[in-house]
Amino acid sequence: MTALRILVPVKRVIDYAVKPRVNAAQTGVETAGVKMSMNPFDELSIEEAIRLRERHPTTVTDILAFSAGPAKAQDTLRTAMAMGADRALLAETDTELEPLAVAKLLQRVVKDEDRNLVILGKQSIDGDAGQTGQMLAGLLGWGQATQASAVVVGEGGRVTVTREVDGGEEVLELGLPAVVTADLRLNEPRYASLPNIMKAKKKPLVKRAVADFGVEVGARLQTVKVVEPAPRKGGGKVEDVGGLVARLKELGAL
Amino acid sequence: LSTLAVLEHKEGNLLPQSLPVITAATKLGGTVTALLAGTDAASVAAQVAKLNGVSEVLTVSNGAYDKSLAENFAPMLQENIKAGGFTHVVAAHSAFGKNIMPRLSALLDVQQISDVIEIHDDSTFVRPIYAGNAIATVKSSDDIKVLTIRGTAFPAAAEGSGSAAAVQESSADPKVESSTTWVSENLAKSERPDLGTATRVVSGGRGLKDKDNFDKLMPPLADALGAAIGASRAAVDSGFADNSLQVGQTGKVVAPQLYLAVGISGAIQHLAGMKDSKVIAAINKDADAPIFQVADVGLVADLFTAVPELTEKLKSEK
Repeated sequence: MTALRILVPVKRVIDYAVKPRVNAAQTGVETAGVKMSMNPFDELSIEEAIRLRERHPTTVTDILAFSAGPAKAQDTLRTAMAMGADRALLAETDTELEPLAVAKLLQRVVKDEDRNLVILGKQSIDGDAGQTGQMLAGLLGWGQATQASAVVVGEGGRVTVTREVDGGEEVLELGLPAVVTADLRLNEPRYASLPNIMKAKKKPLVKRAVADFGVEVGARLQTVKVVEPAPRKGGGKVEDVGGLVARLKELGAL
Repeated sequence: LSTLAVLEHKEGNLLPQSLPVITAATKLGGTVTALLAGTDAASVAAQVAKLNGVSEVLTVSNGAYDKSLAENFAPMLQENIKAGGFTHVVAAHSAFGKNIMPRLSALLDVQQISDVIEIHDDSTFVRPIYAGNAIATVKSSDDIKVLTIRGTAFPAAAEGSGSAAAVQESSADPKVESSTTWVSENLAKSERPDLGTATRVVSGGRGLKDKDNFDKLMPPLADALGAAIGASRAAVDSGFADNSLQVGQTGKVVAPQLYLAVGISGAIQHLAGMKDSKVIAAINKDADAPIFQVADVGLVADLFTAVPELTEKLKSEK
C-alpha cells in the first residue's frame, strides 16, 4: 500500500465556549485576554490522521501538523503533537491571513514535505469561511472530499469518503494524493494524556517566517467594519399553551 | 459589470436554494447570466428563463457534471467565466456552493467571500463571522468577485410576466477528467417542507431525552403546523435526529416565519442558525435557558405535557 504522508493544518482561535465581543474600534473581535484553543474542526482532522495510523500502522509514515499564525500558535501545535502528530511546522506571522493565502502556504508545504494526504477542518470557527481545503485542492489539482463523516483507506490506495451534503450523505472515491475536510461526525477527538503532553514537548517544532515560504499572501479583502449583530428583543413569556397560541396569532405567526 | 449565477438542479427541477442566488445577483447591478450544467440542463433552463432578473441562461449539457464533482465542475466554471468575461460569480452557500466555489476561486486566484447576507455595492459585502456573533463588512480588491450567499438573507426570485430570457448552450466545456468518482448517496426522504426554505420550523433538543420521545412528539407537532423538523446539535449528537436536521453554526441556517424550539437551551452555536427567524417561540422547563433571551414568546413548562397539548390545540383549530 502507498505510504501515507499526512499534513494536518491547525488554527489557533478563540475558544468555542467563549462568546466573542467586537472591539471598541469596530475593526475586529477582541482577542486580548481571551481564552484561545485549537479550532474544533482541526481537532477532528488530527484525530482522523492518528486513527488512520492506528488502523494502518505501517502505511502512515508521518503526520505533520502545520499552523500559520502568531508565536503563540506553537501551543496549538504542541497540542496537536500531544494528540499524536509526529512533528510540527509554524509559519509565523502577526497578520491575519486570508484562506487563499493559507492555501498557498499549504501548497508550498505539501511540495517541500512531499505530502500525499491533507486532512483539514471544514471551517474555522472565527472566520467561518470554509474555503482553505477546497482552495488547496484546486491549487494542487488534487481530488477533494469536503465535510467528511467517514474516511476509509483501501488496499489499492483509494480513499472512500462519506461526506455530509444537504439532506443526507454522499460517498465519493478518491485517488491519492487527496484533500479531505472534516465534519463534526467524523470522530470524537481524544484528550491528550499527561505523559503525551510531556512527550510532545520533545517533538520537533520548526518555526519559519511566512516570508520564507516565498508565496504571495497579501490581503485581497479590506475589512470596512465589524459590528455586533442587531440584538433580538426576546424575553416575552406566556403562562400556558393557550397563551402561547394566542400570542403567536397576535404576532401573525399562526 | 456582468454576473454569472451558478444554479443547482435535481431530477429536472431547479432547487429552491438557487432562487435567492438570482435575487442576490440582480443586486450587484449588471446583467445576470444563469448557468446550469448536467444532463438535464436544457430542460431546467426553460424554468429559469422565466424568472425575474435573469438576462440569459447558459447551459452546459454534459452528464459529467451531474454529480457536481468539484474536480471537473470548477474548471468548467473557470472556462465559462473567461469566455463570458464575467466580473461576479454567485452561488448558494449550500453543500454544492461550499464544495465547488472555493476551488473555483483558487483557480481564478481570487479570495472568495462566503455566506454573504447583504450586498452594499459591487465590491462591498456583509457576512457573519464567529457564528454570527459579529457581522463584518468587507471590500474586495479582486478583479472577479466570487460570492456564496446565505439563502435566507435574499428573497427568492419569482417568475416574471415578461418574455423569457434566451437560452444558449455554452461552447466552453474543457471536459476535465475528475480523479474523484461518485459512488452513492443516501438522502433522507421526507414529505415535509425542506428545512432550509420552510416557512415554519419546529426544532427539538436535548430536553426530549431520547429518540423515542423525539419521534413521538415532534412529527405530530410539525404536521399540525405544516412545519419542517429541525434539531439542535445536542439532539443530533445524542442520536435523536438525523444530522441533516441540525440547525446551527455547523448545520443549517434557517430564517422561517415561525421557529418553535422545544427542549432547546439555546447555545450560541444553535442561535447562530435560527436567530434571524421572524418569530421565535420556545418551550423549555428551565426558565433561565438562554433561548428565552431571544424568544418572542416563551413558555416555561414541561415539554412532555405542553407539546401534546399544543399539538391537539393546533389540530382542533384547523
